[in-house]
Amino acid sequence: MAFRDGPFETLKVPLVWTAAVVVVVALVASILLIVSDRKDVRGEDSYSPVRAGFDATVGPVSGVLAAPVRWTGSLTDGVRGYFFAVSENRRLKRRVAELEPWRDQAIALKNVNARYEAMLGLRTEPPVAMVTARSVSDARGPFANARLIDAGSSKGVRIGNPVINEQGLVGRISGTTGGISRVLLLTDVASRTPVLIDRTDARAILTGDGSGNPRLEYIKGVGALQAGDRVLSSGDGGGLPRGVPVGVAARGIDGTWRVKLFSDRGAIDYVRVMLFQDFGQLVDPETLNAPPLAGLATAPAPDAGQAAAIGDSAARRATAAPAPPAGAPR
Amino acid sequence: MRRPATVRVVGPMQWIVYPALIAMGLSIVLATPVALFGLKLPEPILPMVLAFAWPLIRPSMLAPFVLFLLGLFTDLLLSGAQPLGVWSLGLLVIYAVVLASRSLLAGQETQNLFVWYACCTLLAFLLTYLIVSIRATNAPSILSLFGQMIPTLLLFPVANMMIERFDDGDMRLR
Repeated sequence: MAFRDGPFETLKVPLVWTAAVVVVVALVASILLIVSDRKDVRGEDSYSPVRAGFDATVGPVSGVLAAPVRWTGSLTDGVRGYFFAVSENRRLKRRVAELEPWRDQAIALKNVNARYEAMLGLRTEPPVAMVTARSVSDARGPFANARLIDAGSSKGVRIGNPVINEQGLVGRISGTTGGISRVLLLTDVASRTPVLIDRTDARAILTGDGSGNPRLEYIKGVGALQAGDRVLSSGDGGGLPRGVPVGVAARGIDGTWRVKLFSDRGAIDYVRVMLFQDFGQLVDPETLNAPPLAGLATAPAPDAGQAAAIGDSAARRATAAPAPPAGAPR
Repeated sequence: MRRPATVRVVGPMQWIVYPALIAMGLSIVLATPVALFGLKLPEPILPMVLAFAWPLIRPSMLAPFVLFLLGLFTDLLLSGAQPLGVWSLGLLVIYAVVLASRSLLAGQETQNLFVWYACCTLLAFLLTYLIVSIRATNAPSILSLFGQMIPTLLLFPVANMMIERFDDGDMRLR
């Protein structure tokens, strides 16, 4: 008997029900995905192959799509530059005149600083190598502030490397593939950056919240901060070098301390990745965690020559030792 | 001799696959890092339009599946603090709510549909906000939330246009 001749011939499932079943299955799959996705978005493990594959695919596509818009932007910049060339020239001349004394002072201070370092035998930080990259995609909004850049592990970029533009700190690398890397911006809700206040040397944590101006939290010290204070990276924790300019402190409309980022003063189209390795990456953690004096228990047995030298040394010490006086208790 | 009339076939390709591809393409275009005259491009959640319009056009087994994929695409494109699957959940919740209220919403005026669209958008954003806040142990800025929600609300005419274009008025489906 064919199926259509059976009792199921007249059975018709409403389309709404079948759609509802698919919705329920998809909802369950979504919840499972959320639960199973790793929590630490900053760690290397969280950059799954799925995310890496997506970024490696979308990065070049975005780069191609962004090209015409970038050309248009360059054109408007060119037109603006042409019409405002005279005023811009005056402004730049004023700025050069302001900065020349600072340059002389910086050269003098650099010289004095180098002498102090030499006299004290300080171990200074080596210069950090950098890689220049272009931003090809930009995720904005309350839940994500990240960018794709066209430099990846083939150029030595690693997860955790700081990213700067010509104005200041932009963020750090949160994932990398061969030719594309993802930069987590300072404004992202998952971003935490240890910073210091230049004037008072107070420490704080810069916490992104999806807005343009990240919050300053855990500020140490009473009166350690006032509007207009310059904020730099503190280098605490070893993730960033100390002294990278971040921004200027300001009160937000909600009364919290926030930072106006220097990196927002210019376009974040071209960036530089600092190939900085924190001190935690320079040694094998297993070596640091090894039990103390563990090497003594595993020292190799002396060979014949070493054993003879040890025996000879022991005999000489015994001979050289003064004989105990007569009558002394033995 | 009478010429045969051309029959326009409206299948899932027309009202599900092509709009989904357009939404993906536009999302990538809007994610270009360009600021024209100091203004950045808006970044609405484009699949929200489809999540609202598809169950009103007609129930389908393919639509929730495509929405699930679109949510994953959005999660990967906006890869930040949110875990994979959070926008899939948000979009599917909207689809489920509208599917359940289909008989109520069918034939409603545009203003009423907009109110429903706004409520659904708010629901999806609140859900995402909660999940991201718990996950990042840090609440995103409310102003920034509105900055993404308002462009998404402004996309309602697209949803309305889709409903008017593809709704076949088949009473058997209501």
